[in-house]
Amino acid sequence: MLKTFKRYLDTFLLYELLKGLMVTGRHLFMRKFTVQYPEEKTPISPRFRGLHALRRYPNGEERCIACKLCEAVCPAAAITIESEVRADGTRRTTRYDIDLFKCIYCGFCEESCPVDSIVETRFFEFHFENRGENVIHKEQLLAIGDKYEKQLAEDRAMDAKYR
Amino acid sequence: MSVSADKMKPPIAPDTVTIEVDGRKLQARKGDMLIKVTDAAGIYIPRFCYHHKLSVAANCRMCLVDVEKVPKPMPACATPVMDGMVVHTRSEKARTAQKGTMEFLLINHPLDCPICDQGGECELQDLALGYGKSASRYTEVKRIVKDRDIGPLIATEMTRCIHCTRCVRFGQEIAGVMEFGGLGRGEHMEIRTFLNRSVDSELSGNVIDLCPVGALTSKPFRYTARTWELTDHPSISPHDCVGANITVQTLHGRVKRVLPRDNESVNECWLADRDRFSYEALNSDDRLRVPMIRRGTEWEETDWPTALEYTAAGLRKVLESHGPERLGALAAPISTSEELYLLQKFMRALGSGNVDHRLRQMDFSDDAMAPLFPSLGRPLAELSNLDSALLIGANPRKDQPLINLRLRKSALKGAKIFAVNPLDYDFSDKLAGKRVCTPVQMLQSLAGVVSALGALKKSALPAAFTALFGSIKPEALEQVMAQALLQGERGSVLLGTFALSHPQSASLRALAQLIAELSGARFGQLAEANAAGAWLAGCVPHRGPSGMNAKTGRHALDMLRKPLNAYLLFGMDLEFDCLDGSAANAMSTAEFVVMMTSFKPSPYRTRAVEYADVWLPLAPFTETDGTFVNAEGRSQSFAAAATPLGDSRPGWKILRMLGHLMGLTGFEQSQIEEVRQEMNQPTVNTASSPFSLPPGDPTMTPAAGQLMRLAEVPMYAIDPIVRRAPSLQLTADNPPPSARLNAGQADKLGFKGGETVQVVMSQGAARLDLVLDERVPDGCVLVFAGLPETAMLGAHGPATLKVVS
Repeated sequence: MLKTFKRYLDTFLLYELLKGLMVTGRHLFMRKFTVQYPEEKTPISPRFRGLHALRRYPNGEERCIACKLCEAVCPAAAITIESEVRADGTRRTTRYDIDLFKCIYCGFCEESCPVDSIVETRFFEFHFENRGENVIHKEQLLAIGDKYEKQLAEDRAMDAKYR
Repeated sequence: MSVSADKMKPPIAPDTVTIEVDGRKLQARKGDMLIKVTDAAGIYIPRFCYHHKLSVAANCRMCLVDVEKVPKPMPACATPVMDGMVVHTRSEKARTAQKGTMEFLLINHPLDCPICDQGGECELQDLALGYGKSASRYTEVKRIVKDRDIGPLIATEMTRCIHCTRCVRFGQEIAGVMEFGGLGRGEHMEIRTFLNRSVDSELSGNVIDLCPVGALTSKPFRYTARTWELTDHPSISPHDCVGANITVQTLHGRVKRVLPRDNESVNECWLADRDRFSYEALNSDDRLRVPMIRRGTEWEETDWPTALEYTAAGLRKVLESHGPERLGALAAPISTSEELYLLQKFMRALGSGNVDHRLRQMDFSDDAMAPLFPSLGRPLAELSNLDSALLIGANPRKDQPLINLRLRKSALKGAKIFAVNPLDYDFSDKLAGKRVCTPVQMLQSLAGVVSALGALKKSALPAAFTALFGSIKPEALEQVMAQALLQGERGSVLLGTFALSHPQSASLRALAQLIAELSGARFGQLAEANAAGAWLAGCVPHRGPSGMNAKTGRHALDMLRKPLNAYLLFGMDLEFDCLDGSAANAMSTAEFVVMMTSFKPSPYRTRAVEYADVWLPLAPFTETDGTFVNAEGRSQSFAAAATPLGDSRPGWKILRMLGHLMGLTGFEQSQIEEVRQEMNQPTVNTASSPFSLPPGDPTMTPAAGQLMRLAEVPMYAIDPIVRRAPSLQLTADNPPPSARLNAGQADKLGFKGGETVQVVMSQGAARLDLVLDERVPDGCVLVFAGLPETAMLGAHGPATLKVVS
């Protein structure tokens, strides 16, 4: 009986509303966590798995040796590689395609690579405007690698002791 | 009623011992090596140097096992079994020994698996996973071995070598030419060729399979695919009459590699280089991808319906104006039996018996007496256990490498092998005796053997023989041959490729058969490719399928020497697949020439660009279902390994469509099985006739001052596929076109060798370099056939050599 009466009183005195507004009021004056994307960005782990890249050695030679381990390990069959003997007798790819629609960004390719060639960068904000652009080729991958090389090298150095 | 278990067991042979391996009781033959026994029982012992077809070397030490009552671990490959022996393959002692060996093996191995072609099928990689450590304790300098170029077929990476010496033993024991050897000792030991020579054996590709690591890999395959992404398709090799079982490996529908498939009664585990590397041609730019029609002098691409309509219309026109007798079909012997069957069915349904596959035969006079198909006369496997053999005009080492391998086995066991050849061919085994003579003298030599046999057996010889050769006195060598053939329990008289293309092959065949009959040996022929299948399919002018009677017609030579009005050329480069390259002349006068071909006829090589009217792209053996019949009569069917390239279609489908378009009945097959069923009728016995000698070809004997031209086809020019395999073309077995004389003969004619000479024959002339070759007998000049430079010369026959100023 008393309980029912108290509930009616709370209802008519807007107690619950005031309680809620107090939470709102408290947060109004608290420190904000909202990140103003795209102007602002959250910190990213060195192990972040974003867009792929093919790296080069410091002397400019591409790292990839066409061992096709990434192609074999890829659970989504997103990687297609063709290889040949390059004029200098080394084993190289003639084609290195990644279908970014198929890719599930698991990072197995990166993990299987014996020469740290295929890597996933911190870059994740990419889009396609035309059909077919979802498949990126060797030249594009190498260009991405060249662009982010400094960051990639730092990330790998940072993670080295845990691998 | 119960029978005790002991009584059910088969009696134990006296030389059987019982051993115990890992707690299992095994029966073994006394003296067998332990590893052989465990392999048979399915117990795996790791190994590198042991191979069941090679001798025991026991130098890798990987197969160390723990034998009770023996203080040290024993190598299973070199430990004979003994009664009561107790072996542990996985005990602590055995595992420690195996792991220790693995650690030592990996000391000098570069561990470059990611770039190694052997990666994924590497015995060292597999065993390192089971017996190796995850990290190496070795910190000193690794050994580096310089690579040497050993030819166009085998790529080397000798730093990876673990010195198992399988390749060395293969050369010594199987191929019969010691090309590899271990030079230096200890740390400096290297497996290499002597004097940096290239590896030229016709079986050299087998060392790639034998090499347990990536030291010897395939050069044409190098870096093009990884082993795990390839799909295996069982198939049959078409290049010789062995019918070697192969595995065709494809990636994305294209053939990437060919490997041997074990079949103890055919090719064992070996493969000739020709079978292994010919696949390169199948992906070449030379392939014809779309049907093409000639309009005036221009060739234009078209679609199948148009091309087939055009073909049918062209054939119909010739049939109406000249009748079916003026139409001829020639097929390459590398075609499948189904294709050959449908081709002859098509021709005979049109009313013409002019169909043949014997493009390199010159003498057809004994067609009526011929057996059902050119057979080896005995199972292939028996060639390894012969007591004696007579090879006539045969070069099995180059023409049928896997048959030579078996003959060599016989020779090593003490078989007496003789040869009567027009060239001093190199046999990898030692011959008991050989006669190198002109083609005419070959006949006399065989007649000598016959009369020696007659004298030895004191039996009367056929009248036809005595009339021609009655006066012949056998020479000492012929006596020896007769004696050996008579004494040997298992003898074979074999006619080889040259004998079958001999201008008097019928007489040779008759004499060889007579020798076999008198000596109790078996008579056999080493015909080309699927020749046996072609005979059985009825692709011969005088006999139908399975030896039955059918519409008869003209044979290949007749069709070409006396031109017809229309030709159907199936799967060949006419100029090179016919021994007589001038055969193309017959095409220029023909009104309509249809070519079904896998390869674009190149204007630089063949005149087909001028004489043909339509090219239909034909799928080669890897892209069609089919059957090949080998020399022992073994019929082996196979399925397509790859999808037909471009617009090309399997031959049987093209012929079926053509038959349909021509309004013929019996071309309703929609499955290859229907063709097979129709083709595989019970064979009719073709009775052998009594001995008779057909009359000889008068053009055989060269006039004074002339030489006998020997037209031999080099082993890598025998069929359209091999001809276009680039790596095989780079080998030493593909000599540049030349006129070859022995030094004595050249001296007599006033040549010194090295100069350019004009070889003049009745059909044409060619300018060639003169090379001194001691294999050529007096009175002969060897000019290779099947090459663009010599195609106009024709077949064997009299030739004159002139100096070119």
